[in-house]
Order: sequence, then C-alpha cells, then structure tokens
Amino acid sequence: MNNAPPIEVRNLTMAYGDFVIQRDLNFVVNKGDIFVIMGGSGCGKTTVMRALIGLQQPATGTVCYEGEDFWSAEPDRQARLKRRLGIMFQGGALWSSLTLGENIALPLKEYTTLSPRRLAEIVSFKLALVGLADFEDFYPSELSGGMKKRAGLARAMALDPEILVIDEPSSGLDPPTARRLDDLILELRDSLETTIVVISHELASILGIGTNSIFLDAETHTMINSGNPKEAVVSGDPRVRHFLTRGAQ
Amino acid sequence: MWWTCDHNELLRLQQLSNGADLDSTPLPDPRAEQWRLDVRHGGDHGLVIACTGRWCIDQDLPSPRVILAETAKGVERLSFNTAQLTAWDSGFLAFLRTLFMLCAEQGVTIDQEGLPTGVRHLLAMAAAVPAREVARGKNGRQGIFFLLGAATMEFFRGAPEMLHFLGEIVASFGRLLRGRARFRLSDLWWEIEEVGPRALIIVSVISFLVGLILAYLGADQLRLVGAQIFIADLVAIGMVREVGALMTGIIIAGRTGAAFAARLGTMQVNEEIDAFKTLGFSPIDFLVLPRMLALMLMVPLLTLYAAFVGMLAGMLVSVTIFDVGVFEYYIETLRALKLKHFLVGLSKGSVYGFLVAYAGCLRGMQCGRSAESVGEAATSAVVTGILLITVVASLMTIIFYRLGI
Repeated sequence: MNNAPPIEVRNLTMAYGDFVIQRDLNFVVNKGDIFVIMGGSGCGKTTVMRALIGLQQPATGTVCYEGEDFWSAEPDRQARLKRRLGIMFQGGALWSSLTLGENIALPLKEYTTLSPRRLAEIVSFKLALVGLADFEDFYPSELSGGMKKRAGLARAMALDPEILVIDEPSSGLDPPTARRLDDLILELRDSLETTIVVISHELASILGIGTNSIFLDAETHTMINSGNPKEAVVSGDPRVRHFLTRGAQ
Repeated sequence: MWWTCDHNELLRLQQLSNGADLDSTPLPDPRAEQWRLDVRHGGDHGLVIACTGRWCIDQDLPSPRVILAETAKGVERLSFNTAQLTAWDSGFLAFLRTLFMLCAEQGVTIDQEGLPTGVRHLLAMAAAVPAREVARGKNGRQGIFFLLGAATMEFFRGAPEMLHFLGEIVASFGRLLRGRARFRLSDLWWEIEEVGPRALIIVSVISFLVGLILAYLGADQLRLVGAQIFIADLVAIGMVREVGALMTGIIIAGRTGAAFAARLGTMQVNEEIDAFKTLGFSPIDFLVLPRMLALMLMVPLLTLYAAFVGMLAGMLVSVTIFDVGVFEYYIETLRALKLKHFLVGLSKGSVYGFLVAYAGCLRGMQCGRSAESVGEAATSAVVTGILLITVVASLMTIIFYRLGI
C-alpha cells in the first residue's frame, strides 16, 4: 500500500508572466484532512487551487498525488491522476445546457458501465445527499446560487473521488445554508474517508471544519502559517491572528 | 499674511476669466449656504486652514492645489479649524485626501486634530490599505511606441496560439475518424438545427437581394449589345461559384460565429470548461468538434440554397424588366452551369464553414473571465471570421483560376 500523502506540494510558485502570485509553497495534505487554503481576497488562493487540480501549470515546483509528480507526467497519466479528484467550483460550474441529472450522469456514463436504471438511482442519491432530491430535470438557470453550489458538489462527488477540492463553499450563502454545506463536508470526510481541500476566506467555515491549513499572504506572496486553524487563532503569525479574529488581535 | 476664498468669489473669478462683465453678472444668492476657505499663516512655519459652511459633493469645491501654493513658501506643518463647518460629505473627504497626498509629497506634516472625528476615521480607513504597485501600473497613458510594441508582441503571441488551436482541432478530427472522439450526438443535432434551418430566412433575404444586384449590374452592360440573355450566365456562375458561398460565409460569421464565441466565452466565465478539463473530458471534442462539424456540413448546403435563391432573383429581374423569357432563362442557366462550378462553390462553402467555426470557437475558448471579455470574444470572432474568409476566398479564386477549374 502506498503510504505517500494524497497531495504534496513542493516548491510551488505561481505567476502570471513576471508577476508572482505565490512563491515557494510547500505543504502536505494528509488522508482524511479537511485542509483549508486561506488568505485575504486576491492573495492567489484560486490560482494555487488551479495548480492543484491540473488547470494551470506552475512557474516552478510541482504537485504530487500519492508521491507521483503530476506536472511531469504524460498527458494520459495526468488524465488518470485527475480522476482521483472531484472539484466543486465557486459558482458550481454546472453545464448550462444539461439538466442537473445529466450534469451528474455525464462523468458516470463516461467512466463507468452502469445500466441506465442504476445510473438514475445514483444520480438521484447524489442529488438527495445535497438536499436536491427530485431536481433531476431542472436546468442550472432555474436554481438559486446556493442550489447551484450544492448541485456542483453533487457532481464533484459523482465518481466518489478520493480527494474533493472545494472552492469557496460558503461564499454567497446565508449562514444556515453555509452551515448545512459545512456539515455535509464533514459527513463526507467521516463516512467516505474523502480527503478534502477547501479554499476559503469564510471564518465560520475555516474554524468550523478545518483540521489543517495554510495561510497565503498577499503582501509577501507566500505562505506565512500552516497547521490547525483553531491553533492559529491563538498562536499563529500575528497577521494570521489578525485575519482569523477579524482584526480584533 | 492670509487669504480667503469662498464659492461666490470663485464663481465670480471664473466668470471674469471667461470674459464676463462683472457689473452685469448677477451675484449668487448670498443666503444659500456655501463653503468658505480661510488660510492663515501661524507661527513656527505652520498653516491653519479654516473650513466653514457647507463642504458637500454637490458644490464646486476648490482644488487642494490652491493651498499647496502656500505650503511651498516654507510651510512645514498644516492644521485645521473646522469649528464653523456645518455640513460635509465625500466631497470634503476627497478634498482632504488629495491635500494630504500632495503634502506628503512635499514633506509637510499634518495635524488632524482640528478635523471632525468622523472625517478622521474615514480618512484613516481610506489610508489603511496602501495602493498596490500592480493597480498603480494600470494608470497613466502609454506612448504610441509602447502601444505599437505591445500590439506587435500581442500579435506574435496570438499566432502560435491560433496554430496550436488548429492543431488541437486536427487531432480531434483524427480521434473522430478513429471513432475515439467523445461528444454528445444530441449536441451535434442541436447545432445543425441552429446553424442550418434557423439561418434560412436571413440567407434567403440577402441572397435574393444580391442576385437582384448582380442581374441589374450585368443587364446594364449586356443590353448595350443586345445580350440580355447572358444575365442568366452571369448570375448562375457568379452565385454558384463565388457570391453564394461568400455571402453565406459572411452571414454565418456574423450570426453563428459570434454566437459560438459568446456561448463558449460564457462557459469559460462560469468555469464550465474548467469542469470539463478536471473530469478528464477534452473541451475540444465536447464543445468545438460538434460546432465545426455542424458548420462544415450546413454551410455548403446553405451555399447551394443561396445560389438557387440568387438565380431566382436574377430570373425575376430578367423576365420582368429586360424581356427575357422564363424558359429561355432556364435553358441558358442550365447551359452555363457545369459540375465544376458546383464543386468549387461547395468546396468554398465547406472551407468558409470551417473558418467561421474555427474563429468563433478560438475566440470563445480564449475568452477571459468577465462579461466584458465575452463581448470582446464575440466581436473578435466576427472580425477574425470575415478576415479569414476574405483572405482564403482570394487565395482559392487564384488557385482555381490557375488550375483552370
């Protein structure tokens, strides 16, 4: 059995041309972690996420999945490595020309040999799991922002990925809905043993569900803290404490 | 030394500088509460600025530079007196912020004690996050050589991207031929319906009018030698070989190319294309291939249809205006048209269809992540499509002429 961590980031630098967004990032996401990548607006959280999920080539450094270097792998191998990931994008990123049912069924049809009946059952279950039972025939344009996020999560979970990457799960949601989504993330980790990476700047989420974290700083363009976010409130870098206490410390 | 300025005086000075006669200029209503600025030199190189009255955004407030002229005379410290300030809003805050920045440049220290508490707090908040170098870089005008250089670099950056995208499309067609391309057939049918039958009305109208123009143009010359019957040859060969395909290509570039770019651009904004990539689907196979196929199949058919409508228009003009018989026109058209004309027209239609789909999909996939980018992508798709069609049409005409086709 491979004991390498699900994700290991080595010397990662992200840049647009000459402008460095984040540099020299080194961190490990362990199995069963709810790993939070946090930082203020515009610090480059989403850019780092794009390197993690294979959408944007880093300027230097790499990302390893269970010890295997993603960015130096062949395209076919990269495609297989990506199958370990489920991604929930900030706005859901549901395919607008497909119904919710079709959105979730598409990856299942592509990568499994399920019968149409089983496929429909699984789609129905995934939607029910995120509180959207019987919404199979709705189009994304007919849903509210929160419903789109939940449907995006259902699609991200379609293939029961080993790693779930969630971009800003709670932004734009009312507190009870955000709390329900957080509970769902905890439940997924506990019941399916999914490793979860959350990109967020929502304090309630970070402190509520995070078990490990890094803090990306917009001024120094690198990570200035790592570890459990609850501990960071007490003993982290002053800039991180300032962030996590909304400027009270 | 001290000086005073208020709104009324500023207004009168402005009118005077504009050539107005002061005696005949009515003074503003003195009862209306206006701003007033008193600047006095205090001891120890200090300057006291007294702001009285109403300093609001709906007024013509003075420029902070009027104070700056005084600070240049050895002033090291600025303080305020706002005891008589009756009202203030963002107008006052913006005045002070600019003044503070100008003073900072001259090394003049500022004592904010005399300002209202709310003003001090808001100014502190505005100064809390310093402007970023990146944001600052966006400001300021660039010279013509800079812009020219940037445009040239952009062009050379864009050319490899266009070739790369072309390569991806060729690879996708290769997968299609090997039966390994993955896309939904329902998407292909939907695109075919969208680009074909739904474009019939606009293609009909334009082709009819173009056929009409061609017939009149030919008749004007041909009737001089009593050869009106050859209007049929001109219209038939013109529409089938060149004009049918060209007009259809341009219509489709405006109608469908823009729609492709806008739809793919919106998918880019909504991260839908990223979602395809992360699930291991090729966006080229899923999104670009059905659109390319739909246009390459439908544009030749629309070209034939456009040629037919154009010929009908030519017949109408010849029969009703230039006394050519219907049967006569029909026989002359059949005599003029050869298989090679249809092959030329159809091949051009296919190529134009490919070019329009290529331009639309390229610009859509290159789209940024804002609503503005979607608009730019749609515009650029039309411009690129029409430009490519025009260049390729010229090349194909020369090549066919050289080959004697």
